[in-house]
Amino acid sequence: MASVPPVAGRRWRRPPVLIKDRNTRWIVYGGLLIYLALAMSTVDVNWQRVADGLERGMRFINGFLQPDFTSRSTDIYRGLIESLTMTLTSTVVGVLISIPIGIGAARNIAPPVIYYICRSIIAISRTFQEVIIAIFFVVMFGFGPFAGFLTLAFSTIGFLGKLLAEDIEDIDEAQAEAIRATGASFMQLINYGVQPQVMPRLIGLSLYRLDINFRESAVIGIVGAGGIGATLNVAISRYEYDSAGAVLLIIIGIVMLAEYSSSYVRKWVQ
Amino acid sequence: MLRLDTLAKRYKTGDHALKGVSFTVEKGQVVGLIGPSGAGKSTLIRCINRLVEPTGGSIYLNDVDLAGLSGGELRRARRRIGMIFQEYALVERLTVMENVLSGRLGYVPFWRSLLRRFRQADVDKAFALLDRVGLSEHADKRADELSGGQRQRVGIARALEQDPELLLVDEPTASLDPKTSRQIMRLIMEICRESGLPAVINIHDVMLAKMFVDRIIGLTAGEVVFDGAPALLDDAVLTRIYGEEDWTAMQASAAEDAADAAATYGAAPPERVKEERMAGLA
Amino acid sequence: MPVSTTADGRKVWQRRTTGRQWAIWAGWFAFVVLLVWCWELMTRTTIWAFVYDAPRQISDLGNRMFPPRWSYIDRLIWPLWDTINIASLGTLLGIFIAVPIAFCAARNTTPSLYILRPIALFIIVASRSINSLIWALLLVSIIGPGLLAGIIAIGLRSIGFIGKLLYEAIEEIDESQVEAVRATGANGMQVLDYGIVPQVLPAFFGITVFRWDINIRESTILGLVGAGGIGLQLQSSLNTLAWPQVSLILLLILGTVLVSEWVSAKVRHAVI
Repeated sequence: MASVPPVAGRRWRRPPVLIKDRNTRWIVYGGLLIYLALAMSTVDVNWQRVADGLERGMRFINGFLQPDFTSRSTDIYRGLIESLTMTLTSTVVGVLISIPIGIGAARNIAPPVIYYICRSIIAISRTFQEVIIAIFFVVMFGFGPFAGFLTLAFSTIGFLGKLLAEDIEDIDEAQAEAIRATGASFMQLINYGVQPQVMPRLIGLSLYRLDINFRESAVIGIVGAGGIGATLNVAISRYEYDSAGAVLLIIIGIVMLAEYSSSYVRKWVQ
Repeated sequence: MLRLDTLAKRYKTGDHALKGVSFTVEKGQVVGLIGPSGAGKSTLIRCINRLVEPTGGSIYLNDVDLAGLSGGELRRARRRIGMIFQEYALVERLTVMENVLSGRLGYVPFWRSLLRRFRQADVDKAFALLDRVGLSEHADKRADELSGGQRQRVGIARALEQDPELLLVDEPTASLDPKTSRQIMRLIMEICRESGLPAVINIHDVMLAKMFVDRIIGLTAGEVVFDGAPALLDDAVLTRIYGEEDWTAMQASAAEDAADAAATYGAAPPERVKEERMAGLA
Repeated sequence: MPVSTTADGRKVWQRRTTGRQWAIWAGWFAFVVLLVWCWELMTRTTIWAFVYDAPRQISDLGNRMFPPRWSYIDRLIWPLWDTINIASLGTLLGIFIAVPIAFCAARNTTPSLYILRPIALFIIVASRSINSLIWALLLVSIIGPGLLAGIIAIGLRSIGFIGKLLYEAIEEIDESQVEAVRATGANGMQVLDYGIVPQVLPAFFGITVFRWDINIRESTILGLVGAGGIGLQLQSSLNTLAWPQVSLILLLILGTVLVSEWVSAKVRHAVI
């Protein structure tokens, strides 16, 4: 739009939204398109098998709509107890361990050596899926909920440790400095200068993790670490979709309950 | 010509925001609406184009009762009423040109607006308006790259792109500094004069209102308590509108409140909170 | 009142009143009892001999896993490619289903507040409650093993994540911009296009890329239940106790996860 444009006939087209340069835009979009085409082509579907499966799919949906809580009630009950106890104990243990690790992984209060040790513990715990960790714990400690408990506690450490460390790094330094200025020791500094600032969020995050741990407890049973996942695995592998539907509905119900009550608790602590 | 007849609004909470407001705005007349906050100024303006549903009375724009319209008819009525907003209310992530062209939305079919293929006549008009408000070079900038005064100019261009028969202006200067406020008010007045466009302007700044508008309506607790020429607005009348308190001090604090609101209102939630929310769901 | 006065008129400060202090102690006691009881229930079937034996098992396992069998890598390249495809196509599927659901679930855009919104919210919570591995388990049993089951499993799990974050983003938009577009006489679709979509688009890209990153991690294990990808190799190596192969697979997963995390961080940085 240089000097003295004509009053009429000025064209307008919308400028590109994401990538301004024309060539880069073509390369990125073209590349994405080619990748999608290649990816689609690797999916080789046995349509016969899928068609056969549709009938089973209908049975699953029926099972979901008319769940059967009774015929496997003892298994479901046992799995549920294992899952719930595993969830609670592992969250509590995980939170207790993650607090010192989170403090150690906060750059603004921890000495460098401790900082790196704590950060690497967090990194290891966060990298692998719970299921892979569970496989190893099952090999080491035998089948059953104890291995599941260890898995969930270990994952909780990485999750909470990281978020807690970030919270501590974000605190209002002026408050901590004021406490330090009174001649407080390290533990007193944590207690008066840091804890009041991060406590409400720590509680909130712990409740989040409780919810996640319950959901994960339903999965690690598939590899032998106890809990309701084992029950589910058996039900699905025997094509008992009505029992599987019952288990899934129980899981959904408990997650909804946990979400509802945790939002309530969080409002209450803040 | 705009005629309001015993317009009333009662919110679901029971607040009686408007208690039977009636007045007529002739062609080419610019009316300033003043009153304390909570008097119903904003509600009144929004009732005229039915962004807020009135609960009683009628709104005649050229002998059509807007209160009785619905669906497509309402949208066709709205497109003839330009509106300028307090916090500019530009779509911040769209370009200046898209914001101006959005004034044509009531006229064009959906596919044109979706593909941004507006008629050349609409684009010509938009460029002419951007020339008029002095922002032609900024056509392809995103709206959030502009300063407050520039954004309000885009807001004015968007309203005029609608070919309005009536202009509704809601606190056009609330988040601007005094100098820019005067420039914006002057621009609005010039445009109204040029095309004989009637306008209703909500304005908290009484001095600014007296300086520019043709006629002032004072609103208190949902009722008209003053209606006349700016020259008739003396201290006694202002006390009637704003109550017993020192109205000059009150104005200053109202302006401060508006500026504060502008400062805090725009703050986005911190990125970290979002990240964390995602992490919690993982 | 935490500040009380003793008989001789001195003020005593306590953090809490005595009754409240007792209530808190009682609460903590009940919590510890619950915890111990849970622990008892949980460990009833535990065979402690295995647990005591664990340190020896760990060192034994460590010896067997090291060094990784590097030559196995040429059998892992295609499964890795499959894994990435499962994540990408699954994310895409999730987006297609999640976007309309998010608009139905957001209070300010839902077409019907009392019918569609609760349904959309239930779909979101159901999808979020059930891990992709469980979806995969079900789908393998229904439509047979293979990539398709993995893609659908990832897609179904992504609906809840994308749907929830997107509907929250829609509910957080600046209503005045929407009001301004509506005031021009725009119809419903135009209000969506000009007033709402531009405001949620950055959040949408951020959420999508973030979910893609998570999906890469999740799709590495789907093979354990037969839904394709590198997990199939992991499963067969575990079954044959080929620990050097297992350690190589884990290293590869680690590398992939780091790369995808880096890509996702870059893209999110670019769009937001």
